[in-house]
Amino acid sequence: MATLHTVNKTPFERSALVSALNHLKPGDALLMIEDGVVGARKGSAFAGLLDKAVKSCGIYVLEPDLVARGMAGKDLIEGITLVDYGGFVDLVTRHDRTQAWL
Amino acid sequence: MKLGILVTEGPYTHQASDTAYQFTKAALERGHEIFRVFFYNDGVNNGTRFAVPPQDDRNLQKLWSALAEKYQLDLVVCIAAAQRRGILDKDEAKRHGKDADNIAPGFRISGLGQLVEAGIVAERLVTFGD
Amino acid sequence: MADVKAPEVDSRVRKKFMYVNRKAPYGTIYALESLEVVLISAAFEQDVSVAFLDDGVYQLLKGQNTSGIGMKNFSPTYKALGDYEVKKLYVEKESLDERGLKPDDLMAITYEDEAEDDAVKPLVRLVNRSELTGLMAQQDVLLSF
Repeated sequence: MATLHTVNKTPFERSALVSALNHLKPGDALLMIEDGVVGARKGSAFAGLLDKAVKSCGIYVLEPDLVARGMAGKDLIEGITLVDYGGFVDLVTRHDRTQAWL
Repeated sequence: MKLGILVTEGPYTHQASDTAYQFTKAALERGHEIFRVFFYNDGVNNGTRFAVPPQDDRNLQKLWSALAEKYQLDLVVCIAAAQRRGILDKDEAKRHGKDADNIAPGFRISGLGQLVEAGIVAERLVTFGD
Repeated sequence: MADVKAPEVDSRVRKKFMYVNRKAPYGTIYALESLEVVLISAAFEQDVSVAFLDDGVYQLLKGQNTSGIGMKNFSPTYKALGDYEVKKLYVEKESLDERGLKPDDLMAITYEDEAEDDAVKPLVRLVNRSELTGLMAQQDVLLSF
């Protein structure tokens, strides 16, 4: 019974990413969307937290939001999976529930 | 799968409505059923037909109306949230003595129970907000 | 325009709904409008719980006085949740600690247990982060505003 957690704000603006990471169970998935994609950037102050989470949970970034903001997969920490909106839909249907960390 | 969508922000100020729209469209294209899209909090502002956004950018209200028509979607605007923010259909306008209504095609005004119902009937409920 | 759908709710379906409250009251409307959904959901006889974490714990602080800001004080409504059969209110301990708050700072929210001669019982359960994570993982529907 796994949960998909979505985060749509940068961790520099809001504590949502940290709260989400604090409530992950092994096997859950975390998807960063909208401004939240910023949280996945390598070398950022939050990279360490994500490096830890990626060991037990699937970490995803919505690629259209990343590209919109001038970034690409190569700019992100290791272990991130990029998805499009179709992939977002698949994540929702593959997990038992979705928690939006707004 | 049968999906429910909750949108809690209005158009343009937050990306929520755009993301919800793109998600809903992708889900439909993948053959899923959208049981209901429920607009709550400032999300009710997606349901005005009086928006005149710049022509060189997307018109979110029209996009939602068109998607609703193409796929027979149930777009519901919460009555309590709508009253607070001034989104009215003809009946509501008459009931409250207002001189016009502004609800967009494809949207209907109804109670919060429709959100709870969506949570019960849909297999998954996804929230798009701030 | 879509026709109004006939209700499809199967009365045998009882899902676990958790309302996840993470915002302080008054600065935004989410606390109030979330509470309005909780009250409506009582009519659907679902298994409802309400979680207060992060800044959501401020929604339950006692002594709220909004006369200076000109807004309606809706905090008394939380005390009615027991009457609406919403009996599972979870407050996250770490969220209180991080904010320098103690359980005593929160409103007393109680209900009268008919099964025990109307004994007055607390509705709020203090849980730690790990327990709340476990509770969230048991839900069918998570609603966050």
